[in-house]
Amino acid sequence: MPHIPLNEKLPGITGLLDYRKDTALPIRELTQILLRGPSTLTEGERELIAAVVSHGNECAFCTAAHTAAADVLLNDTTIAEKVKHEPEAAPVSDKMKALLAIARAVQKNGKLVTTAMADEARAHGATDMELHDTVLIAALFSLYNRYVDGLASITPSEPAFYERLAAILKDKGYLPSENRYADL
Amino acid sequence: MPHINLPEEYPGIRSLFMFSPVTALPLNNLVQTLLHDPATSTLTPGERELIAAYTSSLNECKYCSNTHGAIAKYQLGGNSTVVKDILQQDVANAAISNKLKALLHIAGRVQQSGKSVSEGDIAQAREEGATDREIHDTVLIAAAFCMFNRYVDGLATWAPADDALYDAIGKQRAAEGYMTKPFVVDHPA
Repeated sequence: MPHIPLNEKLPGITGLLDYRKDTALPIRELTQILLRGPSTLTEGERELIAAVVSHGNECAFCTAAHTAAADVLLNDTTIAEKVKHEPEAAPVSDKMKALLAIARAVQKNGKLVTTAMADEARAHGATDMELHDTVLIAALFSLYNRYVDGLASITPSEPAFYERLAAILKDKGYLPSENRYADL
Repeated sequence: MPHINLPEEYPGIRSLFMFSPVTALPLNNLVQTLLHDPATSTLTPGERELIAAYTSSLNECKYCSNTHGAIAKYQLGGNSTVVKDILQQDVANAAISNKLKALLHIAGRVQQSGKSVSEGDIAQAREEGATDREIHDTVLIAAAFCMFNRYVDGLATWAPADDALYDAIGKQRAAEGYMTKPFVVDHPA
């Protein structure tokens, strides 16, 4: 049961973003820019960063949601699983492997990102903006994971729920919209 | 040295705001609403800044803990003793309400992991008079600073060594909020 009263029809983060809307708006705007805005990383690659950080924080709701979002955007249900459990064997570029290693360090503490890790990413073609966005996405999910679990929001167990949520995240993005969760 | 090419005259998160203005806007809007605007929470801006400073000190983020400690000092009418206690993580002996002590305890749990917040932690805060909304705001402030701290340290931004500089930043932010122009500093301070 959540630590505070939340709308029962809105599990996980959705109920929290509904509970306090003035703080939800900039959080949603930031997420839209980072995960759906113009970038040299694909939407699928950016969702992988979100999934890996959420997995590291053991946030079941966010991990399932962003794994499902990555699956649908990459049109492949094996990549996110590999990236979470066997990152070295995952079928992603060497640049993404280096960026995901940085994301995993950020998940623990920003200070764990070393110059060598940044150099490794750069050696595989990562730009300053890609490094920046990777760190900020990983930092943002360090917020989300704590928000979701810190207030003990509901984590649905039904896999189909996350497929429905992923479809909303793919089609509508992260900004507020009319009847956003009607199909949830 | 920062991991990416940042403007040298701005310390900490300000250098990142200059590097990426598009993400700076929602980040500043978030702290303006979450920490500064007196009408948005029944926790005072000083109490909210103490939660931010405490979380940042637990994450060992020098720039954020010094900056939000200084802002808290000015929001609390110049009370540097309380700020010092909180930055040294001596919550038990700090001259703050029992409610704020219980909320800082929750913030410390959130800093470790959202999952570590227990029913007992929440019950204790409620017993000291915390409302649902205050519990919510505490969790979100602590979560937000787990983001800001990682952003600032994950890109190895410059954290000045000069205490007077943080004090000046704190005075400015306490008075003006988060939406005004940053300090320009001669680098290195």
